[in-house]
Amino acid sequence: MPFIPHTQDEIQAMLEAIGVARIEDLFDEIPAALRNERLARVPEAMNEMQVARLMARRAESDGRYLNFIGAGAYEHHIPAAVWELTTRGEFYSAYTPYQAEASQGTLQLLYEYQTMMAALTAMDVANASLYDGASALAEAVLMAVRSQRSRRRILMPRTVHPFYREVVRNIVHNQGIELIELPFDPAGGHTPLEALEAGAKQEAAALVLPQPNFFGVLEEVDALTDRAQEQGLRVIALVNPTALALLEPPGRWGKSGADITVGEGQPLGVPLSSGGPYFGFMACKQQFVRQMPGRIVGRTVDRDGRPGFTLTLQAREQHIRRSKATSNICTNQGLMVTAATLYMSLLGPEGLRRVAAACHANTRTLVEMLTNIEGVEPVFHRPFFHEAPLRLQAPVGDVLRALEPQGIVGGFALKDHYPELGESLLVCATEMRTPEDMEHYRLHLERIVSKRRLDPPCAYKVGNES
Amino acid sequence: MSRIPNDLKYTKSHEWVRTNDDGSLTVGISDHAQDLMGDMVYVELPEAGAALEAGKDCAVVESVKAASDVYAPVSGQVVAVNEALADSPEIVNTDPYGEGWMFRLQPADPAELDGLMDAAEYEALIAAES
Repeated sequence: MPFIPHTQDEIQAMLEAIGVARIEDLFDEIPAALRNERLARVPEAMNEMQVARLMARRAESDGRYLNFIGAGAYEHHIPAAVWELTTRGEFYSAYTPYQAEASQGTLQLLYEYQTMMAALTAMDVANASLYDGASALAEAVLMAVRSQRSRRRILMPRTVHPFYREVVRNIVHNQGIELIELPFDPAGGHTPLEALEAGAKQEAAALVLPQPNFFGVLEEVDALTDRAQEQGLRVIALVNPTALALLEPPGRWGKSGADITVGEGQPLGVPLSSGGPYFGFMACKQQFVRQMPGRIVGRTVDRDGRPGFTLTLQAREQHIRRSKATSNICTNQGLMVTAATLYMSLLGPEGLRRVAAACHANTRTLVEMLTNIEGVEPVFHRPFFHEAPLRLQAPVGDVLRALEPQGIVGGFALKDHYPELGESLLVCATEMRTPEDMEHYRLHLERIVSKRRLDPPCAYKVGNES
Repeated sequence: MSRIPNDLKYTKSHEWVRTNDDGSLTVGISDHAQDLMGDMVYVELPEAGAALEAGKDCAVVESVKAASDVYAPVSGQVVAVNEALADSPEIVNTDPYGEGWMFRLQPADPAELDGLMDAAEYEALIAAES
């Protein structure tokens, strides 16, 4: 089929059929004053060469930074084959096909993705993905409330990513679901069992349990899971998929495992690209599968007994269940999931474990190097995965601004979201950071902090130094 | 032609109601309803002890074709649910008026039953809908 929707002759025939002379006449009812004949601020057309030059210049103006920021999105090495294969014509569509069963290749890929995610999280069943990590958490909250009938409070530790907490609040607030924030231990940066005890008195529906948490700190997931489930709460695990290659998967937390697991899939082969598109993943225990939103691909046999793939449990979904569907945000990030499936296939369990171990080792090295600087100290004493907050004896905003001209993105300033942590900076070093990168960062951080910490050698200070 | 036992009461939303000797009510979906739905794959029942309000959805039946709400025929409290449906939802297809019952209800006001249809009225409703 040519990619030309209709010819002039066809347009003429259609206009005649409906008794209209010109296409413009179809817009008659829009007053002339409201019509915009021409977009005034759109520049003149450019040819391909000019556009390419303009785009290259704009791309370069972003600069190339050494990246020490994580805070929810992580720079990992992506094997070249991942996107080479993902962008092949056979895969290059972001949507679940509407005539799903005619696209056995896409369904097989999604089925393999689900199988990998179920294995990685040690959960019974995974769906074909959701929009992103934050909205996946909101979906998990709604799912937990549905599974509880009467309880509508959610225990939300402050160690959950602040942006995720905002997204969840936005999505569930008008559904009468109350979020109760649990404080963190000021020395450890983790959610203490006592915080859960206090929160659990409120007849909550579920506990959200991040691992690692927003600070990179490891939570006491076994004890918290057991305690929450004893009180009748569902446990929603919020996890980093890379970390799962090293840490106990949610399906094995405590005595009976987390009930629902969600997270951001970006670390699995999706580039940072200014914040998206990413994808969310979700998995759960078998008993909650009918409460799970999104598409689920199942394996079956046709009438001749040949194996094949199909969309299953569709009765939960919006095209059948309408307003009572498990979710009306069932966006499937098909293309990102294709990349993630290829990424996991190429790395394998051992490759992913090595990535995770390298991230952890690099971040430990980085923290050690940076905290050797006078005026830089760790904020928490608990074990961490591939991120940790550092407290600076200098304003974090100034330091980050001073690092930028040196080509360094130094980390995530915590002050806006956690004023009680003071001048704190969340740093991260994935497997991409070399010893030279880290030394480069250390050198400049030392210079910048010492300059702001110590008095200038031959001057007295006037007013506010900042 | 679907079966419509004479000793039961019916709702417009295709539930049936049987009055037991102890005054409690047993509720299920009609033969006609299960036939329209097709093979049942899952039944979600209310919790024992739950208070139901007449006309409000209180259970879900899911077939290979669709998921539909089941509505409380009258107000009252759930005193028992049919646990067998959890593992064998197909009983709703094979024996909708017997083993395929869904829950038992203690009615808040037995007079509410008078508002339901008898077998002849229900038969007329089905005829009008088809």
